[in-house]
Amino acid sequence: MEQPNMIYIKSLSGGDKSFEEKLFAIIKSEFPTEQQIYLNHIEAQNYQLTAEIVHKLKHKISILGLKKSYKIAVEFENNLLDESTALQEEFESILLIITNFLKQL
Amino acid sequence: MNCIIIDDEATARAIISQLCHNIEGLKVTEEFPNAIQAIKYLNQNDVDLIFLDIHMPDFTGFDFIDTLRNPPKIILTTSDANFAIQAFEYDCIVDYLVKPISQERFQKAIQKAKTFTNFANNGSSTHEKIESTSGNDLYVNIDRRLIKIDIPSISLIEAKGDYILIKTDDKNYTVHSTLKKIEGKLPNHLFLKVHRSFVINIKKIIDIEDNSVLIKKDVIPVSRSNRPELMKRLNLL
Repeated sequence: MEQPNMIYIKSLSGGDKSFEEKLFAIIKSEFPTEQQIYLNHIEAQNYQLTAEIVHKLKHKISILGLKKSYKIAVEFENNLLDESTALQEEFESILLIITNFLKQL
Repeated sequence: MNCIIIDDEATARAIISQLCHNIEGLKVTEEFPNAIQAIKYLNQNDVDLIFLDIHMPDFTGFDFIDTLRNPPKIILTTSDANFAIQAFEYDCIVDYLVKPISQERFQKAIQKAKTFTNFANNGSSTHEKIESTSGNDLYVNIDRRLIKIDIPSISLIEAKGDYILIKTDDKNYTVHSTLKKIEGKLPNHLFLKVHRSFVINIKKIIDIEDNSVLIKKDVIPVSRSNRPELMKRLNLL
């Protein structure tokens, strides 16, 4: 499974450490909340709301350079809009990878 | 250039703010997690440019634009490329950026914003018969007099050869102009071209039957190609 990287964030920061720290602080605070919202909606089988939060999580997946995972998230979002949970397991693995990555920062 | 950022995701706001920070002469004056707060701000402050997310709960980016009487330049920021066609129906939208946004692509969008002239700011030629709009008003040239028409009072406009017939609540005006020209002067959220010869005020629709709409006592044809857009605009139960 691919791992998060800092390529995009570094390209934005241009070496500005304070921006990188600020951004990671925001992601660390925002990601677990969104993850929990995702878990609540998927458990409640509210596919429309689940798709909306997946849409938001998609951005974080992309900024962490997870290109293949991003494609999975896009497909999963579309599946949810069709009331299908196909790719749920794969998507949740991506969330776990991000969680572990953020813990290391 | 003063700008504001509207995005419900804090990470996205931080990234756009940094992208702005990397460009000289671009100043972020405020950031908002939702459109409602931004509307309150815009009621009291002028901005040159808005970075606007489309996907927001309750009030989407397009809903937000529809509330603005004189929108400034807007760059849409989204994770979804599917709204591009809808986006460019708005005169105020300069560019459409798909997240994650690279600095190079962002730079291009800012360059577009600098050279972009919003229709509302684009002065009409003195030879044009439809002279200008200001807020809710439209001035038309009739017999060398500029007549003010209250835009929301317009119920429909019909093309008649080299002229257009503007029907309002109180009066009708025949003006030497084209449907295309007047269409560009009217707010998108209120007016819609339903047929090659008719632009209607969707708020004035009484009913819709098959391929026609009733506005006051006028039955207006709706062409097959324009019907889907009309249906999309209606608050259907």
